[in-house]
Amino acid sequence: MPPASNILNLIRLGRMNYAAALALQLRAVERVKVSREAGATEEFLFLVEHDPPVITVGRGGERENVLASAEQLAALGVELHEASRGGDVTYHGPGQIVAYPVIDLAARGRDIHGYLRNLEEAVIRVLAEYGLAGERDAKYTGVWVGREKICAIGVAITRWVTYHGLALNVSTALDHFDLIVPCGIRERGVTSLEKLLGRPVDMDEVEMALAAELAKVLKFAGTAEADEFKIKNEKLKKK
Amino acid sequence: MAEIEVRLPSLGEDAGDTAEVSFWQVEEGESVAAGDSIVQMLTDKATFDVPCPAAGHLKEHKVAEGDRVKVGDVLCVLETAD
Repeated sequence: MPPASNILNLIRLGRMNYAAALALQLRAVERVKVSREAGATEEFLFLVEHDPPVITVGRGGERENVLASAEQLAALGVELHEASRGGDVTYHGPGQIVAYPVIDLAARGRDIHGYLRNLEEAVIRVLAEYGLAGERDAKYTGVWVGREKICAIGVAITRWVTYHGLALNVSTALDHFDLIVPCGIRERGVTSLEKLLGRPVDMDEVEMALAAELAKVLKFAGTAEADEFKIKNEKLKKK
Repeated sequence: MAEIEVRLPSLGEDAGDTAEVSFWQVEEGESVAAGDSIVQMLTDKATFDVPCPAAGHLKEHKVAEGDRVKVGDVLCVLETAD
């Protein structure tokens, strides 16, 4: 088993469109594979808010769970993408922190379910810092507060390297979820940190808390902000 | 020439796990290198690929796209090069 790196390289992308962030993840996946073969695995965590807003349909998804027509989405400025992750339909937009860990599960137990549970655990701990009781649901992956979903999860794994990840609603425009059946579940709602707390919440603060908790549950010694991908990142942002 | 059965690896602690065959990345008769992705699988919230354990060529698919398979089930048979 190759040694796992001890530092999670943190790449904060700010606001970026879905396709550009996906391209960066795929570059990072290659970096993990190449560095693993060289015996010094590098692993990454991308944090991003998707702008423009986007609806993505996972491999487990049904197109009919997108309720809005192409014309309606275009009028609202919402993109539509198919995604190579597991899971059904979800929405991303400003005010939502999307975390994409690109890490080597071959060195971290080769446990796909355990990885999903770890992602949930990190979010539950962040919510606890805000005095909120996030919960798992045995039937539905993700994190819930009461009957409402605050965090959606859908991952992809190639040669044991992860990409895609989780989306945590902080101040998300929740009415945009009306455009879809979130995760294909009809009978439940969605919520956000700001809706639950009834006050503004600092995005940077939540991002850093989430990065720290993800590093802990995924057994990293800590995070370090990385310059990797920054130049490419600036080029992509201008497109 | 030796034949190797490629099985669905464990997904975690729950031994009764199943996954769906999403699509084959290597067709019957095609040659493969060790580590190549052979097949894309799908669970509730994750997609993952099954890497090829050794170089050779893919002799036979034992399951079809859309099939639901259990951990340990044979996915395909590989004929190794040596």
